[in-house]
Amino acid sequence: MLEVSLFPESASSFSGEVDLLFFAWTGISIFFSLLITGLILYFFVRFKSPYKGATGTPEHASWPLEVTWSVIPLLIALAMFAWGTKVFFRIARPPADAVEYFVTAKQWMWKIQHPTGNREINALHVPVGVPIKLTMTSEDVIHSFFVPAFRTKMDVLPGRYTSLWFTATKPGKFHLFCAEYCGSEHSLMGGWVYAMEPAEYEGWLAGRGPAQRPAESGQKLFAELACDTCHRGDQSQRGPGLEGLFGREVQLASGRTVIADETYLRESIVSPGTKMVAGYAPLMPTYQGQLNEEQLNQLVAYIKSLTTTTADTQDHPPTEPESEP
Amino acid sequence: MSEAHPGLEHHFDSYDQQRESAKLGMWLFLITEVMFFGGMFLLYLIYRWRFPVAFAEGSNHLDVTLGAINTVILIGSSLTVALAVRAAQLGKSKALVVLLILTLLLGGMFLGIKSVEYSHKFHQHLFPNDSFQFEGTSPNNTRLFFAIYFCMTGFHALHMLIGAGIILWLIPHAWRGRFNANNYNYVEGFGLYWHFVDLVWIFLFPLLYLLGRNLGTH
Amino acid sequence: MSFDLNAPAPSAGDRPADWPHNHYLKDKQGLRSWLLTKDHKRIALLYLVSITIFFALGGLMALLIRIELLTPAGDLMEADTYNRVFTAHGVLMVFFFLIPGIPAVLGNFLVPLMIGAKDLAFPKLNLASWYIFNIAGLFGLWALLSGGVDTGWTFYTPFSTTFSNSYVVATVLAAFIAGFSSILTALNFVVTIHRMRAPGLTWFRLPLFIWSHYATSLIILLGTPVIAITVALVAIERIFQMGIFDPSLGGDPVLFQHLFWFYSHPAVYIMVLPAMGIISELIAAFARKRIFGYRFVAVASVSIAVLGFLVWGHHMFVSGQSVYAATIFSVLSMLVAIPSAVKVFNWTATLYDGAIVYEPPMYYALGFLGIFLIGGLTGVMLATLGINVHVHDTYFIVAHFHYVMVGGTIMAYLGGLHYWWPKITGRLYPAFWSRLAAIAVFVGFNLTFFPQFIVGYLGMPRRYWAYPDEFQVLNVLSSAGATVLGIGYVIPLIYFVWSMRYGQRASANPWDAIGLEWETSSPPPTENFLVMPTVSAEPYDFAGRERARALEAAAKEAEVV
Repeated sequence: MLEVSLFPESASSFSGEVDLLFFAWTGISIFFSLLITGLILYFFVRFKSPYKGATGTPEHASWPLEVTWSVIPLLIALAMFAWGTKVFFRIARPPADAVEYFVTAKQWMWKIQHPTGNREINALHVPVGVPIKLTMTSEDVIHSFFVPAFRTKMDVLPGRYTSLWFTATKPGKFHLFCAEYCGSEHSLMGGWVYAMEPAEYEGWLAGRGPAQRPAESGQKLFAELACDTCHRGDQSQRGPGLEGLFGREVQLASGRTVIADETYLRESIVSPGTKMVAGYAPLMPTYQGQLNEEQLNQLVAYIKSLTTTTADTQDHPPTEPESEP
Repeated sequence: MSEAHPGLEHHFDSYDQQRESAKLGMWLFLITEVMFFGGMFLLYLIYRWRFPVAFAEGSNHLDVTLGAINTVILIGSSLTVALAVRAAQLGKSKALVVLLILTLLLGGMFLGIKSVEYSHKFHQHLFPNDSFQFEGTSPNNTRLFFAIYFCMTGFHALHMLIGAGIILWLIPHAWRGRFNANNYNYVEGFGLYWHFVDLVWIFLFPLLYLLGRNLGTH
Repeated sequence: MSFDLNAPAPSAGDRPADWPHNHYLKDKQGLRSWLLTKDHKRIALLYLVSITIFFALGGLMALLIRIELLTPAGDLMEADTYNRVFTAHGVLMVFFFLIPGIPAVLGNFLVPLMIGAKDLAFPKLNLASWYIFNIAGLFGLWALLSGGVDTGWTFYTPFSTTFSNSYVVATVLAAFIAGFSSILTALNFVVTIHRMRAPGLTWFRLPLFIWSHYATSLIILLGTPVIAITVALVAIERIFQMGIFDPSLGGDPVLFQHLFWFYSHPAVYIMVLPAMGIISELIAAFARKRIFGYRFVAVASVSIAVLGFLVWGHHMFVSGQSVYAATIFSVLSMLVAIPSAVKVFNWTATLYDGAIVYEPPMYYALGFLGIFLIGGLTGVMLATLGINVHVHDTYFIVAHFHYVMVGGTIMAYLGGLHYWWPKITGRLYPAFWSRLAAIAVFVGFNLTFFPQFIVGYLGMPRRYWAYPDEFQVLNVLSSAGATVLGIGYVIPLIYFVWSMRYGQRASANPWDAIGLEWETSSPPPTENFLVMPTVSAEPYDFAGRERARALEAAAKEAEVV
C-alpha cells in the first residue's frame, strides 16, 4: 500500500503561521500565473497574424502602465516581506523560558542531551506544550537540524553554537532530517522527534535512569581540570572570576568589548588567547583537542549556572541564534 | 588593409578604434584583478578585525627592512615601465628594450628578496601548515595571519612572474621595432598591468608589515 | 517562406535567391582551419560542440539521479556514488553548460552580427577562451573519471577542505579555469559593444539581446574573480592545510559561503539574463512588433545585474548569520523581483495588438514564459524569511532553481538555437518535429519539477540518496517526467544534426525579422557583411519597415504604369 502525502503535518506553535504565509503566497502566485498565462494565451489567439507579412501596431511604451506594474508587485512584495519577517523573528528567537537541550552533530548522527543529563542518539523526546531550545554544535562539518513538522531548521556549525527552538503542539512521531549536505551518509543522518504529553515524558525520563545535569557535570569537570586554581573569583587576579559572567559585557585587552555568550565562553576555553580579558596575562593553556563538544558544553553550562542562580537574567535579552559580533 | 596599415587588425576600422578597444579591455581586466585580490583583502580585514592581537604578533615576525626595500624596488620598476611606454610611443626601440630589461631586473630583484623572506619563514616554522610553530597568545589565529600572508604575497608574486613572462615576450618584438606611435598597445597594456601589480604591493606592505605592530609587543 | 508540413520535401538543390557563394563555413576547409580560427562564428560553433557534450554528460548524471530516486531505499548505487553523481551533475551543468551556454554559443555568434562589427574586439582571446574552457573541462572529466567529487557543486567548507576524500582540487581547478574563459568572453563582449557598434547604432537602438549580454558580461567581470579566489583558497587549503576556513584555527566556514554566494548568486543572472535577451528577440520577431517598453526592458537587465550583487545572503538564512542581516537580504531579494516582473509584463504587453505567427521558436518562448513565471514567483516566496526557514535545502529549492535555470535558461537557449539556426547553418529544420520537441520539453519539464515543490514542502531535503516511503509517489512522477524531458532534448539534437546536411536552405531572413544579423546572408560571410551596415531606425521597427515597403511597392507600380 503506497502512502501518499501532499502536505506535511503541522505540529509546532508556529507551523500554522508558516503554512498561512505559504498559502497566502501560493494564492498570490496562482493569481498572477493565471492572469499572465491567461493574457498570453488570449493574445496569442486574438492577435494571430491575419495574413502573411502583417505587422503589429507600433505602440511602444506607456509610463502609467510601467509604473503600475512596477509598484503593485513592489507593494505586494514589501507587505509579504514584512509578514514573512515577523514570522521569521518568531522562529529565530527562542523565548526566555525555553528549556535548553544540547545537540552535538557529527558525521552521521545526532547526539542529544536533555537538561536532566539524559542522552539519546538520533532521537529526541520532548514534552508537548513546553518551549524547547536546542543549543547545537558540530564536531566536524556543517549539518542542519530540520524537523519538517515543526517548520524550522538551523545549520549546525563546527566551532560555535547555533540554536533552534519550538513548542510541540501535539503528541506524535516526527521526522528529523539533516538538511545540509555532510558527506557519505547524509541522507541517513536522521531520526525521529517524539513529542509526548508532559506526564508521559516524565515517565519516559524516569525510565532512562538517573543522570547528571550538564551544569553538575561541568562543575565536576571544572574541579578535575583544576580550573579553579586560577578562576577562583577572589583577588588572586590570575584568571577572571566567572561568577555572573554569562550575559555580561566583557572588556578585552584589545580595547573592544564583547558579550559573554555561549560561543564566547566556548572560544575562551579552546582558544584563550583570542579574546584576552583586559588586565590578565595570557597564562591559560588551550584546551583544544582535550575536551570534546559535550564536555565543553558542560563547562559552559556550569559557567552559565553561576549567573542564573544570581537571578539577573531579566537584564539581558534572550540570546539570538547569532553569535557573531 | 594590413599591408597599408601595419599592425592594424582586419576587424578594426582605425588605429584609434584598435587602441581604445585594447585600453578598455585592459582596464576591464584590471577590474577583474581588483575583485580577485579584493576577495583576499576582505578575508584579511575580517580576520584582522576578529584577531587583532594574533595578527599584530604575526606582523612582528615579518621583516620590515626587506619589505621596505622591495617597496622601493617596485616603485622604481613602475618608473622604468612608464618610461618604456613612452619610448614605445615614440618608436625608440633601443630605449624600449633597455627599459624593459631594467624592469625585468627590478622585478627579479623583488622576487629574489621575496624568496629570501619566504625561506626565512620556512626555517622559522612560520609556514602555515601542520608544522607551524609560534609562541604567542593564540598561535592558531596567528597561523591564519600567515596563511593570508602567504596567499596574498604568493598570488602577488605569481602576478610578477606572469609580468616577467610578458616582458620576455615583448623584448624580441621591441628589438625588431614593432612598436610605434600607431601601435604600442601591447606595451601600454603591459604597463597598466605592471602598475596594477605594484599598486597591490603598495597596499600589501602596510597591511601586512606595518599595521598594528604596536599591538603585538607587550 | 514555406515552413509547414504540407510544403514539398526539402531538397538540397533548392537554393534561395540570396544564397551566398561563399560563407564562413565554406571559406576555409580542414580541421586546422577550425582549430586555429579567429572567426567568432566558428568559435561559437566550437563552443556549441563542447557545450553539447557537457550538457549530455550532465544529463546522463541527472538520469542516474532520477533512476536512483525511483525507490526510497538507495539500491541502484552506493551513497558515495550517488554523492559523486549529483556533484558531477551540478558542476557540469552549472560551470560547463548554464554559465557559458548562451553567451559563448549564441552570444559569440550574434554580438558582432547584431551590432554590425566584423568580429569581436579580441579574436585571439576569443579562441583562447574556447581552449581554456576545454582545458577546464578536461580537469573536470579527469576528476570525474579518477573517482569523482562528493562535495556538491557548492564546495562548502570544512567538508570540502578537510573531510572529503575525493578529487576536490582537480574539480575546483576546473571551475577556476572555466572562470577565465568566461572572463575573456565577457571582456570581449563589453569592449565590442562599447567600441565597435555600427554607425547610427546608439545604445537605445541596440537589440535587447545585446543589452542582456552587456549586463551579463558586467556580472561575469565583477563576480567571477571572487569565485576564482574562493575556490583557489579551497584548493590551497587542501594542499597545504593552511586553515583559512578551518574553524579549529579560528577560521570561519560561513565566510566561505559569503564569498561563494557573492559570485554564485549573480551567476544565476549570468544564466538567466541572456535567456531573457533571447526571449525579447523572439517575442518581437514573432509578434512582429517592437517590444513594449523597450527602454524599461533594457534598463531592467542592468538593474537585475546590479541588484544581483546585493542578495547573496539569501542563500544563508539558516546558516547562522544574524537575523538583521537576513532581514536586509530578504528585502533586497524581493526587489530583484521588480525588474523581472517588469520584463514579464512588457513581454505580455508586446503580444497585445501584435500579428503573432506560430513559428517553432515562438513555442519555446511561450514555454519559457510559463515556466519562468513559476520560477520567479517561487523565488519571491523563497525570499520570504518565514517560508525560507522551512523549505531551505529541500526539494522546494531544487524545484525552484530548476524552474529558473532549466525551464528558463535551457528553454530560451533552445528557442534561440531554433531562431538563429538558419542563420548559423543556412539550413531549416523540420517544423513538425521542432514543435513536438518544444511541447515534450514543456510537459516533461513540468512533470519532472512540479512534484518537487510538493515533496520539498513536505520536507524532503536535497541531496538525499534514500528517503522515507511517503515521498515515493512524487519522486516516481518526477522520474517519469524526466524521461519525457530527456526525449524532448534528444529530438532537436537529431534534427539539428540532420538539417546541417539535408535541411532546406534558408534565405537571408527566413522569419522576416528585423536586426542587422538578418541583413547579411545565411550563413554570413567570414567578415560578416559584404557592405558594412549603418543604422537609422529604432530597434524592431516593423511598422516603419512596412511603411517603407508599401512606398517601395507603390513606386514600383508607378514605374510599371
